[in-house]
Amino acid sequence: MLSKLKLSILIGSFLILAALPMVAESEMIDEPFYIDLMARVMIFSIAAMSLDFILGYGAMISFGHALYLGLGTYAVGIMAHYELTNGWMQLLVCISGTAFIAFILGLISLRTSGIYFIMITFALAQMFYFLGISLEAFGGDDGLPIDTRSEFFSFFDLNETWNMYYLILGTLVVAALVLWKIINSRFGMVVRGSHSNDARMQAIGFPTFKYRLAAFVIAGVVCGLAGFLLGNLTEFLTPEYMHWFRSGELMIMVMVGGMGTLFGPLFGAFAYLMMEDFLANFTEYWQFYFGPILILLVLFAKQGLWGMLPGKEDISDE
Amino acid sequence: MKNQVLIAAAAAAAIVTAPAITAPVAAESVKVGYMQGFAGGRGIFGRYGFEGFELALDHLGGKFGGMDVELTKKDTQHKPDVGRSVMNEFIKKERVNFVAGITWSNVLAAVWKQAARSKTYLISANAGWSGMAGKNCNPYYFQASWNNDMIPEAMGKLMKKEGIKDVFELSANYQAGKDMLSGFNRQYQAPTKGKILYKLGNNDWQAEISQIRATKPSAIFGFLPGGMGVSFMKQYKAAGLDKTVKLYTVYTVDYGTIRAHGTNAIGSYHTTFWNSDAKTATNQKFIKDYIKKYGKHPSMFSVQGYDAALLIDLGVKGSKGNLKDHKAITTAMRTADIKSPRGKFTYNVNHSPIQNYYKREVIADADGKPKIVVRGMVAEMAKDSHYKKCKMAW
Amino acid sequence: MLGTHGVLGMTLLLLIEQFLNGMQFGVFLFLISAGLTLVLGIMNVVNLAHGSLYMLGAYFASTFFGLTGSLIVSLVLMIPVMLLVGILIELVVLRTLYERDHMDQVLATFGLILFFNELVRIIWGVEAQPLTLPMWLSGNVEILPDAPYPVYRLVIIGVGMAVAAGLFWMITKTRMGMLIRAGASNRPMVGALGINIRFLYTMVFGLGAVFAGLAGLMAAPLQSVESGIGEDMLIFAFVVIVIGGIGSIRGALVASLIIGIFETVGRSILPVLMLEIVDSEAAQTAGPALASMLVYILMAVILFFKPQGLFPARTG
Repeated sequence: MLSKLKLSILIGSFLILAALPMVAESEMIDEPFYIDLMARVMIFSIAAMSLDFILGYGAMISFGHALYLGLGTYAVGIMAHYELTNGWMQLLVCISGTAFIAFILGLISLRTSGIYFIMITFALAQMFYFLGISLEAFGGDDGLPIDTRSEFFSFFDLNETWNMYYLILGTLVVAALVLWKIINSRFGMVVRGSHSNDARMQAIGFPTFKYRLAAFVIAGVVCGLAGFLLGNLTEFLTPEYMHWFRSGELMIMVMVGGMGTLFGPLFGAFAYLMMEDFLANFTEYWQFYFGPILILLVLFAKQGLWGMLPGKEDISDE
Repeated sequence: MKNQVLIAAAAAAAIVTAPAITAPVAAESVKVGYMQGFAGGRGIFGRYGFEGFELALDHLGGKFGGMDVELTKKDTQHKPDVGRSVMNEFIKKERVNFVAGITWSNVLAAVWKQAARSKTYLISANAGWSGMAGKNCNPYYFQASWNNDMIPEAMGKLMKKEGIKDVFELSANYQAGKDMLSGFNRQYQAPTKGKILYKLGNNDWQAEISQIRATKPSAIFGFLPGGMGVSFMKQYKAAGLDKTVKLYTVYTVDYGTIRAHGTNAIGSYHTTFWNSDAKTATNQKFIKDYIKKYGKHPSMFSVQGYDAALLIDLGVKGSKGNLKDHKAITTAMRTADIKSPRGKFTYNVNHSPIQNYYKREVIADADGKPKIVVRGMVAEMAKDSHYKKCKMAW
Repeated sequence: MLGTHGVLGMTLLLLIEQFLNGMQFGVFLFLISAGLTLVLGIMNVVNLAHGSLYMLGAYFASTFFGLTGSLIVSLVLMIPVMLLVGILIELVVLRTLYERDHMDQVLATFGLILFFNELVRIIWGVEAQPLTLPMWLSGNVEILPDAPYPVYRLVIIGVGMAVAAGLFWMITKTRMGMLIRAGASNRPMVGALGINIRFLYTMVFGLGAVFAGLAGLMAAPLQSVESGIGEDMLIFAFVVIVIGGIGSIRGALVASLIIGIFETVGRSILPVLMLEIVDSEAAQTAGPALASMLVYILMAVILFFKPQGLFPARTG
């Protein structure tokens, strides 16, 4: 179970997010800009959370997770390019596509461990990055504007800022709840167990490879969903979303939020993106400052924002 | 005691509010957002672009069209989604009237729609994505630079005119690279010896050099931007290929890279829109003041940034202080009646510049150092090849 | 249709030349990878900042060359400077990461990349730095008929081979090498023998930095010296090390040559090959596209069959 404090922070954040569009557009505040800003933050929250699911719980240090973010945007973008704008169909393609690719890549990369796993996930993602750059039909490195956003219901037009925002918020909440449920299930226990002692888990008779592969696929699909939303929000697809620097950024978000705390990365994404924005406007050489900050965080604030809160264990065995 | 406090408070209030009451109603200011990628090695384009923009603002006495300027500068990190976020902030938070900057085609492709939808003027100080010259053209978008394929078109024209046969094409295997080749061939219109599409970020060129040498061309047409150009030039020279094969490049040699190229670039040719040797007062003043302010020679990117600012000035002037009068602003900007270092240019129906292109050569100066010299005009008032796809009414 | 691909049809001679080019590129990759595999294998630290050290080496080369006009003097000056930089990084950052997991190492050294990429821009400016090949190294020799080969590339092969030989000698014959080997396989044991492991590690990292700097210096006359050049090289170096087996000098050498030849020959043959199979616009782009993914595909295939690389040096 979550501690009371953490639970109240979660619920509080959710309420703030839920009320944000109304407040931002109210006459007193009148800053609709924040709606779009938070929409982007939430998308990266979903992506970071999905990475934490395998990284924090399964000790699968994927250095190529941004790949799935890119795949999600390509799913929307390519279909929209051929005027297949039905949201449900796009969603289906996005989920099955990312699941399939994550399955294949998982099969290859999960045979390795340690540094080898880091490097192979990295290499496979770079491979897709170069593939995206060469896909002339979909804009190559220029990327491709997505002319029409996904169409779900006639009354739910994603061109309306509020609809887009609440779709993202809804996805975030559902993804968080589902992943939380999985982590606390028997399945989640095996994945976590293989983290601490793979050999023992196998000895007890758990086919840990299958469990880890399943977790890898789930993380890929959830990140793919984030990509689906990103494509819709930015109305644009680009292979740049798959570049390894992006994967590194996702890892930073996870770390800043707190590794192995499912909800930490939600705040980690927020903190990272705000910090980037703040420093970048403060100086052109912002990475000069951000680099050492990152090192200090790794060295002294490893538990992350979420982990700093009192309340020891995040996971209960119910 | 109580009274004293009250009096003091009233006095304080009077002081605080006084300027607001006594000063004449301040004219509305022009809000401008400047966005470009500044970080990392690729930040060089943003750096030169913004310096040019700043210099123009200096020359205009810190005002656009006589109005005060509120300038916000933001870094896009070279990322399309960050660019979108920045654009969103400019439009919805800063509520800017004009946005300028943008280095990369992919960032432009990601942000133009927001600007057009919110009727915010967007002036590209670099990115020349062909999509904006064609079907996405709109009254709120202006090109202060060129379209991607116009400089290679000029090169194609040049090499055709000079009767250079047996050309080998070297370009990058990505969209811009392919645009370059089609632009070149549109004007060159002759068979070539062969071509290589290299991968993005390539930096060992020996394999390509061997391949090029095997086909025995007389010249290379190369699109080699940034560091790739520097490394190619070094290895081309080291391999002794310069002795038999001439080098014609686009987006490779400019004032920002010439020091890094060093003597390797001597003897190579390139095309560009800026006659950097022009003796016009405008150009000379631009170069002199730029060197004075920044301690280095301006590059073509500086010219683009400079002109982006002048275009805003032109638009504001046209509005006569009413920044809501979009019709007046657009009409004014369409005249392109600015004092550009590049000289006179006009706008095509798609707001792409119709301008001259020049041949430049790198020679050795008296000390043996590389020096860029202009070798005459290649194309006079050239139009881009996409404008027929633009259906904008003027 | 642009051009005529028939002209590009490989002659045997060109193919041999491309093999040579590939080998030369491979030796260059070894130069970059040698220091990294040493650090990774012995200290079990993922050091993403290795590319930054390579970049620093190139920048120092440019500066020293500008001051002295001699590549050899620059080399002599560069070695102590890079050693110092390496030692400093080890003392300030790396040392604290030995007991941490790989994730922390990745992130902290990622932080170092960001830091150094901007540091060079602050110190040297945003423009690429000058360094052109000195006259005496800029000649060509005709190894194959009709294909003059740059002397400087032969020098790179020579330096790479010397580094390989020196490393083998150090690892197998010297006391330091013995301690390194022992420290890698059983750290507490060596510590118990009264050897100062910390000092040993600091020296190994400093040595790794010198190798990276050497690679940067050797590359500088042929490459653009600018912020961020380390990353592309880092990627290659990681691919080499992972394929070769982490910590194995022999593995790094073999993998470097494999990657060098595969990459070079692959990217010159594939586009032609694709056109031979299907002559279409699609093939025009598919060839180069496939060529740019080639190295990564090779890595994935090798790791699929040999998850510990070709020469697994350490277990666990």
